[in-house]
Amino acid sequence: MTKKLRVKTGKAIDETYRISFKFNGKTYYGFKGDTLSSALLANDVHLVGRSFKYHRPRGIMTAGSEEPNAIVQLHDNSSRSEPNVRATEVEIYEGLDASSQNCWPSVKFDVGGINNFLSPLLPAGFYYKTFMWPASFWEKYEYFIRKSAGLGKSPTEPDPDVYEHKYIHCDVLVIGSGISGIMAAKTAAKNEFKTLLVDEKPNLGGSTIYQNSDYFKINNQNSNSWLEKEINEIKKLKNLEIKTRTSVAAYHGYNFLLARENLTDHLPVEQRKDKTRHKLLKIRAKKVITATGSIERPMVFDNNDRPGILLSSAIKRYADFFGVACGEKNVLFTNNDSAYETAISLIQKGINIEAIIDNREEVDSKLVYEVEKNNIKIFKGYTVTDTFGYKRINRISIKQLSKDGQKVVGPRINLSCDCLGVSGGWTPAVHLFTQSGGKLKFKDEDQVFIPNTYPSDQLSIGSCNGDFTLDEILKNTPKSLKEFLDIKNTEYESLEIISSTNKSKRNIWLLPSDKVIGKTKSFVDYQNDATAKDIKLALREGFRSIEHVKRYTTTGMGTDQGKLGNMHALGIISETAGVKMGELGTTTFRPPYTPLTFGTIVGRNVGEYFDIFRKTPIHSWHEVNKAEFENVGQWKRAWYYPKENENMHQAVQRESKAARESAGILDASTLGKIDIQGTDASEFLNRVYTNAWSKLAIGKCRYGLMLNEDGMVYDDGVTTRLDENHYIMTTTTGGAANVMSKLEDYLQTEWPELDVYLTSVTDHFATVSVCGPNSKKIVSEVIPDLDFSDESFPHMSFKNAKIGKINCRVMRISFTGEHSYEINIQANYGKSVWEKCMDAGKDYNITPYGTETMHLLRAEKGFIIVGQDTDATMTPIDLQMDWIVSKKKYDFIGKRSLYRSDTIREDRKQLVGLLTDDPNEILEEGAQIVADVNKSPIEMLGHITSSYYSPNLKKSIALGVVKGGKNMMGQKLIIPMEKKNINVTVADPVFLDKENKRLNA
Amino acid sequence: MFIITCPFCGEREQSEFKAGGEAHIVRPKQPTELSDDEWAEYLFMRKNIKGIQFERWNHTHGCRKWFNMVRDTSNDEIKAIYKMGEKPPIE
Ligand SMILES: [Zn+2]
Repeated sequence: MTKKLRVKTGKAIDETYRISFKFNGKTYYGFKGDTLSSALLANDVHLVGRSFKYHRPRGIMTAGSEEPNAIVQLHDNSSRSEPNVRATEVEIYEGLDASSQNCWPSVKFDVGGINNFLSPLLPAGFYYKTFMWPASFWEKYEYFIRKSAGLGKSPTEPDPDVYEHKYIHCDVLVIGSGISGIMAAKTAAKNEFKTLLVDEKPNLGGSTIYQNSDYFKINNQNSNSWLEKEINEIKKLKNLEIKTRTSVAAYHGYNFLLARENLTDHLPVEQRKDKTRHKLLKIRAKKVITATGSIERPMVFDNNDRPGILLSSAIKRYADFFGVACGEKNVLFTNNDSAYETAISLIQKGINIEAIIDNREEVDSKLVYEVEKNNIKIFKGYTVTDTFGYKRINRISIKQLSKDGQKVVGPRINLSCDCLGVSGGWTPAVHLFTQSGGKLKFKDEDQVFIPNTYPSDQLSIGSCNGDFTLDEILKNTPKSLKEFLDIKNTEYESLEIISSTNKSKRNIWLLPSDKVIGKTKSFVDYQNDATAKDIKLALREGFRSIEHVKRYTTTGMGTDQGKLGNMHALGIISETAGVKMGELGTTTFRPPYTPLTFGTIVGRNVGEYFDIFRKTPIHSWHEVNKAEFENVGQWKRAWYYPKENENMHQAVQRESKAARESAGILDASTLGKIDIQGTDASEFLNRVYTNAWSKLAIGKCRYGLMLNEDGMVYDDGVTTRLDENHYIMTTTTGGAANVMSKLEDYLQTEWPELDVYLTSVTDHFATVSVCGPNSKKIVSEVIPDLDFSDESFPHMSFKNAKIGKINCRVMRISFTGEHSYEINIQANYGKSVWEKCMDAGKDYNITPYGTETMHLLRAEKGFIIVGQDTDATMTPIDLQMDWIVSKKKYDFIGKRSLYRSDTIREDRKQLVGLLTDDPNEILEEGAQIVADVNKSPIEMLGHITSSYYSPNLKKSIALGVVKGGKNMMGQKLIIPMEKKNINVTVADPVFLDKENKRLNA
Repeated sequence: MFIITCPFCGEREQSEFKAGGEAHIVRPKQPTELSDDEWAEYLFMRKNIKGIQFERWNHTHGCRKWFNMVRDTSNDEIKAIYKMGEKPPIE
């Protein structure tokens, strides 16, 4: 038999527009304007999921973003699959397909439900205590915990939607469009402030907009009609921008806020094409007005989590807004007047109320009298002690409270019902305020935390500031606004207000039961299944800090961050430990207020836009010639150039042989280049490099090593003296930006007296490096006018030249140990010069080589790569590069550190060459180096930093760092691998051409 | 995210800047005269204050100039900004 649960047209829905949607595979119907939760409730579906730990059946509990239970997966098994969505926030559309999340294999039959019966064995900290031991079992536990915990499924296909980021600057940002937010936005905009109003809901007006009753009037109109007129007026203000479906996720310091504007989630999928789905708004506001309202509190009693138990305010919202009755036999349970507002609204719509249970013994309130007039039975001074019904509530037990509220007395009364609305009062939504760094104070009379000190130019108004009645809001808001905006008047100075003002409340954090606490299931945090018993247990076990209790019991650690239950947790701790609420403090609320999708966070920075990448001027040539690329910092560098079916090893072997036998060509444009000028340039280089620079002749080049102040190698490269006061420094590709800023730092802060100017010119020049015995013939053909004779142009020197009409700089320097030249030319001519060299080198089998071959060639020569053979723990002495450290210079960066007690230790890791006994065995980079494999534990002496097969030496070569390696020449060591031990011998790191004959070949 | 007033460029977003550690640590003029302990004091020892802290900042994505800032680390309030080489305007 179908119940009739649509009572009459709600404000938000359009009954002429029917929409079909699926939930757990079954088709249902709702109306345009419905949320998934209102549509399900209209179809009498309460059970929507299972709880996290005990797998108890759970139903829709709220009508907003604070929902702990109704967490669903949308569009499972499609590219738009999305987990962890609150059914209360999903607006239905044709084709919506949602499913319950936290249940396996199905919501009605759930394997994990056994946990419910085992629950005496699952107390607070159970997971910490049990699944810890033995550690080796963890992987097994994890499988079952994950499977049955069901935290939703992440999509497996790329996200088809587009997301954007947008900066917004405004004078005043108003968060929340309830009655106080509307008043604030209107006042700000009318006083010349550029104002932005945002609200997470699709419509403006908060809870007042459906407050249609004779008990709430403003200037003789019902409060909802009055507010509706205000809203129509503000929509015309040109100084005001309004964004609905926009939730503020984070409130950072200096009034910087992040909000998510939801643009298409409410549209049928086919209408979303070519539209931006979410915008992440980065808002910088001069002033912020927080009007985020308050969240109704549930109450903590035995079995307070069954499907069919909702917040009383949610029942009212479903009725007023969506025209949905949450049940046919409704019971309300309250400790304050709010439930009577719900009752009056239900009575107006003809929805049956069986009874109201009120903790309070005596109440003198117009609202209560009105309800009594309608012959509704009110049990004053009573409490609910238990509820029944597995998948839906069907009965409750109530008992009278003792005078002190600590016990229940008298006989048990049973009431049958299919829906129970609870109201434990209201909790101001201070989450954003505290995120911004605001401090709270406890207001005893209302038992709430409210804003106390503001860390930035901001204001909290309305019920998030503790003004709960219409009367308080309308009187206090204009006052606060005048002061905050520094204005003389508002439009709200002399309003005639009729408002219920009874604020009496009987606050009992943990309601008594006729059972002992150990036998009850009184939930404090629904999403994480934390009960009052768990909190008491944590206190018994010695936890006192609220932050510790939170982590131990997991209270407030779900995706809802305990929006409903945190206050009860605090209350129970306060009562049990005998500490005042105000002294206990609250836990920290962290962003985001409501979860954000990854798409929103990354915006347009996906795929090739994920990060910047830099290309050399010769990049397109490498592409055409089928180079494989390697990322070096942000650069794309040619890695190797495979021919036909060559793999990387084969290509690198071929390239390396060609470079030594005839000619190779490398794109070295990515090396950092810093132009250094000024009368103190030489002195500056003396201070930043380990070796001496003053005597370097004009036109000469020198290799330099740069240290950090702690003596560790930081960067290296060749610097050329172009003129008396003019140098060009090269740095490693990855280190360029850091070297530049380090040098700037010293110049600006330590040595401002030096006359030196630095300019980064990395991108201004393309660098073509030609090496090999035939390199001179090739470059002579490209630059015929230049004298390339060894006498005129020896190794480590430089000449200005022209290619056609274009100036270039030619350096005779070598990173391969071969006779070689680097041509530096204005970047846009780089590719043309490269092609000229290729042309000129045709007869010499000129072979383009990439970074891998470059690494191999330099390893044959024992040249280090900073960052590969060094790791910020290596001094030049550790690298056996003592020759480059000047003994004469009084000071340079890092000098003093080279003779600290730690840096002069003999047993530091030192760079050595390693040769395998089997010349064909190639070592793995990163492999450990040991001396004795029989000792346990095996002592680790170091690791391999570079390893290659050298086609020129026809054997495997490696560099590594070994403790005390300097004095181990010729010694045997072992590289222990998974399947075998590899025997190696310590050798000189220079494997090829120790006499450097090839440089002049 | 802070708004920082660069002494050369004016108000800018924090994302344009990089923090550079504690301010007013002067590199010793004669490092070679120092004992290991004295050198270590300069090299490694940094304060980590809850409250008023003097720190270096660099306008990395702007004018590339270094400057000093006085910041209350407990609430991130910027108390003062001044150029390198200048005396702090507050104690
Ligand atoms: Zn600047």
